[in-house]
Amino acid sequence: MDFHAEIGESPAVALQDAVALISDFPALAGLDLTVARGEIIMLTGPNGAGKTTLLRVCAGLTPLARGNGQVMGSDIATGREEVRRRVGMVAHSNGLYDELTVRENLEFWGALIGAGDDEVRQAMSMMGLDGRLATVPVRGLSAGQRRRTAFAILVVRRAGLWLLDEPHAGLDSNARDEVDEILKHAASSGATVMLSSHEHDRAQKLATREVRLAGGVVVGDGQ
Amino acid sequence: MSSPNRLRVAQIVFAKDLRIERRSKVLTSQIMPFAVVTLVLFAFALDGDVILQRTAPGLVWLAMLFSSMIIVQRSFAVETADGALDALRVAGADMSAVFLGKWLALVIQLLLLELVLLVGAVVMYGIELRGSGIVLLVTSSISATCGLSAVSTIYAGLASGVRGRESLLPLLVLPVASPVLIGATRAAEASFGTGGTVVSEGWPWLGVLSVFAVVFGFGGSLAFGPLIDD
Repeated sequence: MDFHAEIGESPAVALQDAVALISDFPALAGLDLTVARGEIIMLTGPNGAGKTTLLRVCAGLTPLARGNGQVMGSDIATGREEVRRRVGMVAHSNGLYDELTVRENLEFWGALIGAGDDEVRQAMSMMGLDGRLATVPVRGLSAGQRRRTAFAILVVRRAGLWLLDEPHAGLDSNARDEVDEILKHAASSGATVMLSSHEHDRAQKLATREVRLAGGVVVGDGQ
Repeated sequence: MSSPNRLRVAQIVFAKDLRIERRSKVLTSQIMPFAVVTLVLFAFALDGDVILQRTAPGLVWLAMLFSSMIIVQRSFAVETADGALDALRVAGADMSAVFLGKWLALVIQLLLLELVLLVGAVVMYGIELRGSGIVLLVTSSISATCGLSAVSTIYAGLASGVRGRESLLPLLVLPVASPVLIGATRAAEASFGTGGTVVSEGWPWLGVLSVFAVVFGFGGSLAFGPLIDD
């Protein structure tokens, strides 16, 4: 699986003095962070620490009020469209259409970037969504299957940076294990993963590095 | 893998919206019955064939406007229910193409609704279609629908991220769409010959409706992306 190998060895994320405002409140207050490609970064910190805002900044959804940053080799201020094409975000919602089947959802998201049947089939196989599940309308899926479908879309889109806000939320124990396996597999295939999670024990086993945020800045950074 | 062009993206979004509608059957099982019930209630309220025949064009377009709000809400509810609109932004989808696709899907649905309302008005209100007015009726209905759909798509996108969007959307759209109501009603009156009007009186209104559709269609394709982003 090729996750935008063409961008070379530039860091997946490089933010300097990043300030992002949410309703005039500095949710990020001068944050510096560099993330190498292939890492699995766990973002921790109390509510309001800036985890979700950081993910949204990296997705090009929230602009920086000050500072600068590059994501997947492109400047997030001037190259937002490029950034968006190279990242994928799964937050509390999955970005799925309930009335469409798993395959139709993947075909839709794949068609938007020109992906063909082979890419869709490969992603479904990778996420265990082939066979009977492929023809099930998404509204009939379990929470874990929906999450897997959302991850399959990231694979179809060849998203090189996976931004995941509480990816384990709402899932049972088996589905959480599945998520961990998928994320490890994605990272070993060349994707970079940044996730926020309140499940510290689980996330610490999964992550290659923990970044602790508080007050919109990094207060701890370790392997 | 090469990114599809704008027209292809619009086609993909258009096909997706119509497929969702075909699966959910909200238009045929809920909105069309609602529109017909509205026509029936107008008939109860304005009891009397003469009054109904005189006001039928306006009543049809009022029913159309109210019903269209439900379709538009629905069109964007499928985008926001599971965060698909945000996912479209993150995916770097060309939002002007998304606008085009959703706009055209809405046009198709509203035209079907109009057909039902028109048949309902003929049956319930006793209005008669004149052969000489058919062309004006069809062209003005298409123009009005394009304009109404464009305005609705713009504002539905704008309101999609706002709390209370269900009540906000009609407040935003209905005043702006009032030229559509006026123009479409006058053109329909001329088509039907309501109150002794002749077909030629309706053509200027077709011009108004066409200008409205072009302005909001073009403006919408430019403004939709920034509106959604901000």
